[in-house]
Amino acid sequence: MVSPWLVGFLIFTAFPMIASLVLSFTEWDILTPPEFVGLENYHKMFFVDKYAMHSMKITIVFSAVSIPLNIVFGLAIAMLLNTNIRGLSTFRTIYYLPAILSGVAVALMWRWIFSTDFGLINAALNVLGIQGPAWLADRTWVIPSFVVMRLWSVGGGMVIYLAGLQSIPTDLYEAAEIDGANWWKRIRHITLPMLSPTIFFQLIIGVIFSMQIFTEAFIMTNGGPANASLFFILYLYRKAFQDFQMGYASALAWLLFVVILAFTLILFRTAKYWVYYEGETEGN
Amino acid sequence: MTGRFFIGLNLRNTIGKLVVYALLGAGSIVILMPFAWMISTSLKDLSHIFRFPPEFIPDPVIWDNYPNALTKLPFDLYLANTLIIVAATLIGELGVSAVVAFAFARLRWRGRDALFIVVLATMMLPRQVTLIPDFLIFRFFGMYDTYWPLVIPSWFGNPFYIFLIRQYFMTISRELDEAALLDGCSKFGVFWRITLPLSVPVLAAVAIFSFQYHWNDFFRPLIFLSDTDKATLALGLRYFQGTYGTEWNSLMAASLVVMLPLIVVFFFAQRIFIQGVVFTGYK
Repeated sequence: MVSPWLVGFLIFTAFPMIASLVLSFTEWDILTPPEFVGLENYHKMFFVDKYAMHSMKITIVFSAVSIPLNIVFGLAIAMLLNTNIRGLSTFRTIYYLPAILSGVAVALMWRWIFSTDFGLINAALNVLGIQGPAWLADRTWVIPSFVVMRLWSVGGGMVIYLAGLQSIPTDLYEAAEIDGANWWKRIRHITLPMLSPTIFFQLIIGVIFSMQIFTEAFIMTNGGPANASLFFILYLYRKAFQDFQMGYASALAWLLFVVILAFTLILFRTAKYWVYYEGETEGN
Repeated sequence: MTGRFFIGLNLRNTIGKLVVYALLGAGSIVILMPFAWMISTSLKDLSHIFRFPPEFIPDPVIWDNYPNALTKLPFDLYLANTLIIVAATLIGELGVSAVVAFAFARLRWRGRDALFIVVLATMMLPRQVTLIPDFLIFRFFGMYDTYWPLVIPSWFGNPFYIFLIRQYFMTISRELDEAALLDGCSKFGVFWRITLPLSVPVLAAVAIFSFQYHWNDFFRPLIFLSDTDKATLALGLRYFQGTYGTEWNSLMAASLVVMLPLIVVFFFAQRIFIQGVVFTGYK
């Protein structure tokens, strides 16, 4: 019964992974037969082609800013919702709504929102007497624009934190309150440790998701201005499907894979210092 | 009832309560504003779009922007194409993932646990690593510019959904299975008559995720389709942007129409949606 998945795994995962590794040592334009070039693609990517490292760098910078912000805001909203307020489900619906939407329609919407002269954000800033930057057309502001856009979908993580918060036993807080712990201490010593497995999971998912940003960049800026938003997958797409450098693009894909894997492994390594699994520690 | 402890604000305290409402309300406005802005733009006359500061309430209101936008390019065709792809992928992903999940949750066979770890590992795998050979395989078999590359992979199950359904199956008591097996029911009979009917919530969640994903998907159609008559809605919007890139009223109208089915599904199936997300978020 498991065979469909197994066959699919072999055809669409195992074989392509090996094939792309093999291809990464070749030069291939699809039309003429592939030519073995050894490590040349890797040499090119690290030392010759300045765009490869540039696009990796901005993708990492974007992720390093975007992921923590999404976690902090997601947690903060979840904590606000997890008070005994009325209208919880209405708020939850509103905050979650952007998380179901993605792709071209959303990217177009944000492109218009960030419009320098007629956009929503600069109109709002204008009301406050601030002249807004050119956002997507400004080399400094283009990455922050993408961060803001991703922050809009913070509700996806938020509902998960909210469920986590609701499952924390109340008596922990009651005991802490009796012991005189203030609100920060309660968050620091009860909420965050109890939520740490959930946060950890979101962090891992966040790395995989952020590092692969493509559609928004393709639609909103197409890498501009002056390649300031040339995210890695966008660059890979160009190499593979516009320049038809299949060998080089395969090498880029493997670089991305290794980088994501390395970040994931580092996060797993750090887990023992901060991720708390119930039943793992005695006492305390 | 228990909430007040979490942030430590004692919400019997009215001021604390007001602060929470104010923050949540402000946040809600920030979340909803882009939609309001989109709707506003979609109803404006073209000459009213390029004004600063912008007017929020369109005057005059041009409802015709919607039919105009949707007929400038054959969006009805794109819709039909998208529905075909979404239906074909959804049926495959849901059906096959459920069968595979059953094998992982209920059948005993050699190498099961090791293979399940492989399933988990592929969940983590960035799709781009396999992308180029994936493209080349389909191209080799003459399937470039057909829907096969978009549909076929779904019919081998999706690791994420396999995981999700398997976790749900694990929570169902085995006693019913055993009783049915004693009564002479086959393994497949157990799956079909007992496990599946008890798993409607997770199956519904997977169906919605699959619908959402393939409805929004842009990358694979972009790579595999070239004939504009075969385009999906996502690709269609992209063409629209390419051709009428400055007609923001039409662009926003078309984008809203593309978003609308997801929003409608979300409102009707909110509970399933959120339960499903929560279920994925922490095992």
